[in-house]
Amino acid sequence: MTSTEHAPPTTSPAGNPIGFGRMLRKEDARFLRGQGHYLDDLVLPGMLHAAILRSPVAHARITSIDTTEAEAHPKVKAVITGATLESLNLAWMPTLSADVQAVLATDKVRFQGQEVAMVIAEDKYSARDALELIDVDYDVLPAVVDAHKALDPDAPVIRDDVEGRTDNHIFDWESGDAARTDEVFDKADVVVEQKMLYPRVHPAPMETCGSIASMDRVTGKLTVWSTTQAPHAHRTVYALVAGIPEHNIQIISPDIGGGFGNKVGIYPGYVLAVVGSIVTGKPVKWVEDRSENLMSTSFARDYHMHGGIAATRDGKILGLRVDVLADHGAFNGTAQPTKFPAGFFHIFTGSYDLEAAHCKVTGVYTNKAPGGVAYACSFRITEAVYLVERMVDVLADELGIDPAELRMKNLLRPEQFPYTSMTGWEYDSGDYPRALQLALEMAGYDELRREQREKRERGELMGIGVSFFTEGVGAGPRKHMDILGLGMADGCELRVHPTGKAQLRLSVQTQGQGHETTFAQIVSQELGLPPEDIDVIHGDTDNTPFGLGTYGSRSTPVSGAAAAVVAQRIRDKARVITAAALECSPDDLEWEQGRWFVKGDRTQGKTIQEVAMLSHGTLELPEGVEGHLDASVVYDPPNLTYPFGAYICVVDVDPGTGQVDVRRFVAVDDCGPRVNPMIVEGQVHGGLADGVGMALMQLIAFDEEGNCLGSSFMDYLLPTALECPKWETGETVTPSPHHPLGLKGIGESATVGSPAAVVNAVIDALEPFGVRHADMPLTPANVWMAMQGRPMRTDLAVR
Amino acid sequence: MQITITVNGAEVTRDVEPRLLLVHFIRDHLGLTGTHWGCDTSQCGTCVLWLDGQPVKSCTVLAAMADGHEVRTVEDLEVDGRLDPVQQGFMEEHGLQCGFCTPGMMMTTRWLLDHDPDPDEATIREAISGQLCRCTGYENIVRAVRWAAEHPAVDQPEQEVEA
Repeated sequence: MTSTEHAPPTTSPAGNPIGFGRMLRKEDARFLRGQGHYLDDLVLPGMLHAAILRSPVAHARITSIDTTEAEAHPKVKAVITGATLESLNLAWMPTLSADVQAVLATDKVRFQGQEVAMVIAEDKYSARDALELIDVDYDVLPAVVDAHKALDPDAPVIRDDVEGRTDNHIFDWESGDAARTDEVFDKADVVVEQKMLYPRVHPAPMETCGSIASMDRVTGKLTVWSTTQAPHAHRTVYALVAGIPEHNIQIISPDIGGGFGNKVGIYPGYVLAVVGSIVTGKPVKWVEDRSENLMSTSFARDYHMHGGIAATRDGKILGLRVDVLADHGAFNGTAQPTKFPAGFFHIFTGSYDLEAAHCKVTGVYTNKAPGGVAYACSFRITEAVYLVERMVDVLADELGIDPAELRMKNLLRPEQFPYTSMTGWEYDSGDYPRALQLALEMAGYDELRREQREKRERGELMGIGVSFFTEGVGAGPRKHMDILGLGMADGCELRVHPTGKAQLRLSVQTQGQGHETTFAQIVSQELGLPPEDIDVIHGDTDNTPFGLGTYGSRSTPVSGAAAAVVAQRIRDKARVITAAALECSPDDLEWEQGRWFVKGDRTQGKTIQEVAMLSHGTLELPEGVEGHLDASVVYDPPNLTYPFGAYICVVDVDPGTGQVDVRRFVAVDDCGPRVNPMIVEGQVHGGLADGVGMALMQLIAFDEEGNCLGSSFMDYLLPTALECPKWETGETVTPSPHHPLGLKGIGESATVGSPAAVVNAVIDALEPFGVRHADMPLTPANVWMAMQGRPMRTDLAVR
Repeated sequence: MQITITVNGAEVTRDVEPRLLLVHFIRDHLGLTGTHWGCDTSQCGTCVLWLDGQPVKSCTVLAAMADGHEVRTVEDLEVDGRLDPVQQGFMEEHGLQCGFCTPGMMMTTRWLLDHDPDPDEATIREAISGQLCRCTGYENIVRAVRWAAEHPAVDQPEQEVEA
């Protein structure tokens, strides 16, 4: 094969793809050598260490706090209580849902593990020692643990800090058309109802949360190193809470040891580290231990759902409705766009073509940790997908139709896109039957069903679970979405230096997703620069443009679009400069990867690198064209993007013990084109493990006094390599029509889509026992009880 | 109390509290922060290092117990600018995402391959089953270990990816 001398290269000098393709990660170099810089690795001169005293009980009035002995500890520098904070007007902070949360308890404690006092000492062991010297008297109150009893007339009122509050009701919210849905249900041949719980779980990243605050008393500058997925949003909140001018606040998010939504909000510990630094004049580090992480930081889910599904006898789904009781804990701290108190739960019609739908969500306070939206949920689409995918299986069971066949019959057809759902979502693009068909083929579905029949005859319990999901990710359009009044657009800056090496500045923050690689590839795709020549800068508010951060799978759809657009602007500018250099019209130029050349004469052209030098040099530029090769954008997404997928899980259940073994898991994902297929597959793998974990073992439950029963890794069980099968992944590619590169986002797809597949598989395995539903987690005990006809209520341990 | 530990081949002597955990000694006293800490209960395994050639969870060992013994950490895997095949394998197979569990996983993997140079998938999964990873779903860690097994005396090409 002969190559012309101007054929654009497909690989870079370092062997990386130009643009999209499998590329090893840039960030690995430091992590592999133990040279990452995670929060707790950072040491500042003179740094002090903080530890937090937490409530041992779920609900109590604080009658006294005596810190005398702690203050007398030789290594203690300060002890801070709620009273200290009240004097600074910092005892309460705003949550992301227009509620307030106690930084340190003043009047009452409202959940076990709530922050009561902070000690600052010379070292972390001494700080912990001094916690033991603080004497707190609690007048214990009855706790509201069961969400279903939170609205009882005689339930203790948790939030009596709010004047006039007489109950534990937070909000009612609904979406869809109730009357139309009732009509559809009335005329349907078949209506099936099912109650189900998506239990409380915790994201539990391997690195816990922490921060280091350093207030410079001379300059008034506050620098906070923090485990945050949203450094810019944090800066604004600190400014609003502490009254520090925003230009004097710098938030630095170092390497993050996993986030999964756990590191979106601002926790009392972060604020306390700031207070500690102000009080002591020294940098103060606070890092929570694992129990603090599990007991006090953002939990996820806790949705008690009552679903109904209506269909014709031959399996055409007509309508869907659900009533939800949402347990938000003691403070309403859910993180989601302001207009949506239930997040994006109202996408609950999922992937199906139906006539009417209605959902109603009631939020209540309980004596549990605050949170609710965390853990790769795409703003509660996890709960929505679980609901609809369980309901479809329940319907399949009622009708005696194969669950894959029932789905295929009701999936939206490709020609229906763009599709506006019954609750107002505009799905951008999709070919759902193709994805499901591929998954069925990969799994060998018919053969699996044959095997299952044979095994059932032998008394063996094998189950096959199918789920299909549609997500809406990339929040979001400014006119519809904000958090605390901050619109969800993201800035991006690109500077191409004279020698053609570039720096890209992002507002989003990786927690392991590989932004340093992926975003370099996006720019490489648009400019033809080698990805190794593009440095991605993120996680430092002084050195990156404003934006709301990484969660809800929004980095690629929003910030990835910003990176593409900013690169396109550079490319457009390069065209004008090339034209000036070649003394031709920009219209005479054609683009190929990495260079502009004269149409019809490939020998006449300028590479991006050559343009970079020209732009910084003495070339006379056309009027209105500035020198240098820099650009910045703020990208306001016109819509969410809608990734989707089809998952099939195969399980074997031990009839003697109820132990579930996930034998196979097939996952077909469509997230549009894949920037780096290796990284995309890795994102899917992680989410599938989440699904297995949540379906089978992960649970934050409480006893009747409000004691948290999942407060360590001995009790909060996470999947290991032994519980996870070898993942079998596949893909279809349906680009988003409104993203500049067609990208849709993938970070949370598998966490959203996979739990239903696992649960559907287990319930399918239990078919011989007539089991139609059992709640997660499907532990051996729970499965065994279901086999006895008595599935457990998993959220409570009532003696 | 005074303790002397050989860490990555070099003897270090320090005065420490008897209650000091080995993981804190390594991280806070020696500044070797590649060894991480992730739970209080010896479940997560981000703190795995070698004590006298055996992988141990260093959050469950007192520094005093390592007095007179040898410790090896992730910082010792790379030799003369060449990555250990285990490190290379984790990179080649995308066996890490956030990187927090990675040092512990690699220390266990190095030990496994030293004792079983050609482990099958079940053996690998068993070997790392005392350690948690929240990002990878383990599949690519298994592949990374296999990569390292298949490239034992690899003639390391220069790094493909710049730091």
